[in-house]
Amino acid sequence: MQDLSSDLPLTFQNVALCAGATKILDRLSLAITPGAPTFIVGPNGSGKTSLLRLCMGLVAPSEGSVRWGGREAVGPGRLAMLFQRPVMLRRSVAANVNYGLKQAGLPRSLRKARMEEALARVGLLELADRPARRLSGGEQQRVALARALAREPELLLLDEPTANLDPAAARGLEEMVLMAAQSGVKIVMASHDLGQVRRLAGEVMFLVRGRLCERAGAADFFDRPSTPEAAAFIRGDLVI
Amino acid sequence: MPDSLNAWQLIISGDAALYAIVRLSLAVSLSAVAIAVVVGLPLGAILALTQFRGRVALMVLLNCFMGLPPVVVGLTVFLLLSRSGPLGVLGILFTPLAMVIAQALLVVPIIAALTRQTVEDLWREYRDELTAMNVGPAGRMATLLWDSRFSLITALLAGFGRAAAEVGTVMIVGGNINGFTRTMTTTITLETSKGNLPLAMGLGLILIALILVINAAVWAVRAWSEQRAG
Amino acid sequence: MLSRLFFALTAFAFLSFGSVAAIARDQSIVVASTTSTQDSGLFDYLLPIFKAQTGIDVKVIAQGTGQALDTARRGDADVVFVHAKEQELKFLEEGFAVKRYDVMYNDLVLIGPKSDPAGVKGTTNITAAFDTIRIKKARFVSRGDKSGTHSAELRLWKEAGVDIDTAKGEWYRDIGQGMGAALNTAGAMNAYVLSDRGTWLSFKNRGDLEIVVEGDKRLFNQYGVMLVNPDKFPTAKADLGQSFIDYLVSAEGQKAIANYQIDGQQLFFPNASRDAS
Repeated sequence: MQDLSSDLPLTFQNVALCAGATKILDRLSLAITPGAPTFIVGPNGSGKTSLLRLCMGLVAPSEGSVRWGGREAVGPGRLAMLFQRPVMLRRSVAANVNYGLKQAGLPRSLRKARMEEALARVGLLELADRPARRLSGGEQQRVALARALAREPELLLLDEPTANLDPAAARGLEEMVLMAAQSGVKIVMASHDLGQVRRLAGEVMFLVRGRLCERAGAADFFDRPSTPEAAAFIRGDLVI
Repeated sequence: MPDSLNAWQLIISGDAALYAIVRLSLAVSLSAVAIAVVVGLPLGAILALTQFRGRVALMVLLNCFMGLPPVVVGLTVFLLLSRSGPLGVLGILFTPLAMVIAQALLVVPIIAALTRQTVEDLWREYRDELTAMNVGPAGRMATLLWDSRFSLITALLAGFGRAAAEVGTVMIVGGNINGFTRTMTTTITLETSKGNLPLAMGLGLILIALILVINAAVWAVRAWSEQRAG
Repeated sequence: MLSRLFFALTAFAFLSFGSVAAIARDQSIVVASTTSTQDSGLFDYLLPIFKAQTGIDVKVIAQGTGQALDTARRGDADVVFVHAKEQELKFLEEGFAVKRYDVMYNDLVLIGPKSDPAGVKGTTNITAAFDTIRIKKARFVSRGDKSGTHSAELRLWKEAGVDIDTAKGEWYRDIGQGMGAALNTAGAMNAYVLSDRGTWLSFKNRGDLEIVVEGDKRLFNQYGVMLVNPDKFPTAKADLGQSFIDYLVSAEGQKAIANYQIDGQQLFFPNASRDAS
């Protein structure tokens, strides 16, 4: 893999994202730095997905700037993303992971070993030759995770990856995300599940209607929320 | 083609003329499809994936060309390839090559339009993931085409069907020359006009059977592959 | 593996038509002739003999006479072999050919339904028959395709004193197609139609049709052959084309033509002469 300079800190400066007349994100300024997992929470429509997509460089801000390690363009290969519904290519599990490795520029001789290692890490090595589309939702998400982690990313973005999984599969995925975090990958994850956030978060960013309402360490956020909206959200009320 | 024998007898006796005609028909149609694949698949993929001025106009044109009247295409190619036409120096009028070219012109729009639709649909599903993996334009085309290969096979069969069933174009540019440019469809037309209706019908049934077998074979291969690739 | 199968199929396709193209490459000529000549089966009989003798492949494009001459005018044929003397002479005058040779003749016959609604059966006066058909408004199918047979039909209407353009009505069906199609149509609608004897003899779908008028000298149908002028079209295969013409007018060619029979009947009567017209 190419040795590139880091994409962190990932900074947003006065970023706004508009879709037509609607402002999805408004005056967002933040920095994502290496460390414990950062969780993005907020009611539906608060802009969590859009925030992640801006981080990934899938979409450009309408106003303001996003910078990766000070640079305007995101470097290839150091970022990876998991979506709510994983997209499996029409080939085997192993081929899916290989595809990711090939796109990241890994030379052919190194691919097989790295692929097997990644699949082993998510516990799917025996399913390597199975057609990826045949797997269950949870298994597919694990393949996506293997595909992402195989590239040894610096930053892993996840958009509610367990939203469609049964509890057992969700638990399995959480464990792997935790392991990845422990091995040094910076995790930024959107989640709807406050229990999950409590289990995994190092810090929490709370979005309401496209604005960063509160940002704090996980413990502080849950025990001593400083905004009424955050308090309402933790209680389980609908935050309009 | 002997009149008094019926088509079935010709098959059984292994009549050389009949087999030559069948071989030519398949050769022309399959070649036309091959050309259409080489031209049409990338064209469809490019239309699906890139934005450029006039893209919508081109898409509409392509869709409308799917219904091009074959005789019009035949006439146009005829005038182009005639010795007194612009490409006359090639001297390929009334040869199988002219027939392949004309049929390819009929099949390309079908394959391109169906490819575009298929790739566009799949791109909607794959877009975020492929962008997240930093896949470049060529890689996208290749990945989408490969991943939609089963739907594309249907497009190929549609194209082949149009080519194999076609008679007007190959008649005009091929000339229906005995032993050289006579295909199943032009033979059926000829025998019909000679009043040999039973023979013409028999040949028609052979043609249908042939197309059926090819469709079935491709379908079987597709089912088997899909089993393996998911 | 799918792609391998596909490539195999494509390779097969190319090889097949490649082999066909290879045959066509060398010793071959394109002869523009008429559908009636082709439908009569004469070429299926004659061409293998010619090929055996000379090794030349004769590729016959069968169209109506007018179309055949136009094909030659475009340079897409090397030889024309048709049966409409007026049109042939015009072709000659225009300089598209240098010489015209008589080859053979056959005759035209008036075909009609067994029920004979116009009551013309048995007469040997073709123009009288035509006039009766017009008066009785009996159904009549015309080829309408500038063919030799069509030209003959128009000529006969004229000789019968009928201006067909004003006289035609619902009874006159102009189909713009070849002899076989015309016979099919006449059979389907129980109509009269002018045909050459050769096509009629090999025609299988007769329905209720039979020959109603024959033998009138005005039904005589002369075939002529011409080499396309190499000065106009340098790419035309003049030597090979001339070989074909030489064969047709030679003693053996003429004998072969006379020997061609359907159901024991001779179809074509050779009449080539040393002089050209």
